[in-house]
Amino acid sequence: MRMSASRLIACLECDLLHRQVRLPPGAEAHCIRCGARLYRRARPDANERALALALAASILFAVANAFPIVGMEMQGVHTSATLFGAARSLWDEGARAVATLVCVTTILVPAVELVGLTWVLALLRRGQRGWGAVPMLHFIESVKPWGMVEVFVLGVLVALVKLAHIASVEPGVALFAFGALMLLIAASAAAFDADAAWAQLGAGA
Amino acid sequence: MSAAPTAARLGLLACEVCRLLSRAPHSRGTAHCPRCGAALHARKPASLVRTWAFLIAAMILYVPANTLPIMDTSSLFGTQSNTIFSGVAYLWTSGSFVLALVVFIASVMVPLAKMIALTVLALSVQLRATWHPRTRTRLYRVIEFIGRWSMLDIYVVTILAALVHVSTLASIQAGPAAAAFGAVVVLTMFASASFDPRLIWDVMGEQP
Repeated sequence: MRMSASRLIACLECDLLHRQVRLPPGAEAHCIRCGARLYRRARPDANERALALALAASILFAVANAFPIVGMEMQGVHTSATLFGAARSLWDEGARAVATLVCVTTILVPAVELVGLTWVLALLRRGQRGWGAVPMLHFIESVKPWGMVEVFVLGVLVALVKLAHIASVEPGVALFAFGALMLLIAASAAAFDADAAWAQLGAGA
Repeated sequence: MSAAPTAARLGLLACEVCRLLSRAPHSRGTAHCPRCGAALHARKPASLVRTWAFLIAAMILYVPANTLPIMDTSSLFGTQSNTIFSGVAYLWTSGSFVLALVVFIASVMVPLAKMIALTVLALSVQLRATWHPRTRTRLYRVIEFIGRWSMLDIYVVTILAALVHVSTLASIQAGPAAAAFGAVVVLTMFASASFDPRLIWDVMGEQP
């Protein structure tokens, strides 16, 4: 049932069928009808690199959440806020929907994504397919659009500029950690070869 | 135009998660991907209906999101309410032109452009239009990519409210528009996720 279709790929944006060909290293295939990305030839060590980057990002994520993002000095009073602290103060003020939205998009989804990706890639590296790798990869792919660390970093920068008008502000450790986290998440997502991971996971199914 | 070889016409189902192609089963009921277990369907289920529903809900909430205050600032000099637009105007008049532009694009332009684009796309599919399918598909790709950036203002308010909070001299609180605006962003993301760009192409090649 699968054999006959194994070398064909359908465009996800216009449904046109293409025969898969072996691309030169680093090349990307696009749909001839609508131009959507079809597949690419990833580096042979792509998922090895993705694992390293996801692991580094997981550590930075912990740092980014443990330390204050910004500190502020106003009339001799010093205040600082961590990401979770900021969301909690929104919650306490009654803006519960907004607090939940912030928590989900900047803490929950990125955490699941990073830990999940590290987990799946580490299992694949050891040649294991069990341990929930399939549902985990499935789950990460579906929540991916809701991780918004890069938007959050820009939001913090805008807030810093606004605050600089009324008080003296200093960027905290977590702001730099979030900036680096944003780059690492993008790098691990770019390195991750999902096709290879699925092929490996489906090999024995 | 002759009928192009698509997965649907050849009785194949493409998994939207792992991209594996498998033959559509003859029996009724939901098929599942043999590799990753995702539910398979030739087109996203009830694509147009869901897109319209999310889109209309987003349009309705867009009104309070822009007319109600997103941020209440209270200080010794009184209370001041800022809408999204007056926040942009404040940044502009205080000299932060680049930031004013960034916030304007993210909070005003992007949600509006996304809702207009989705309306055009959904209408064109509804009316079985055949004009510029490639451009329409590209439009869909663009709105999928930019939609998330409208969350910017939500994060700005979160940080401001958290910091200017305990001080007795001033305090900033999230206004009612914050929840409405967040809902607009979430609803437009659901709307574009429900839309199936393959519907744009399904009417191509049907003409005699």
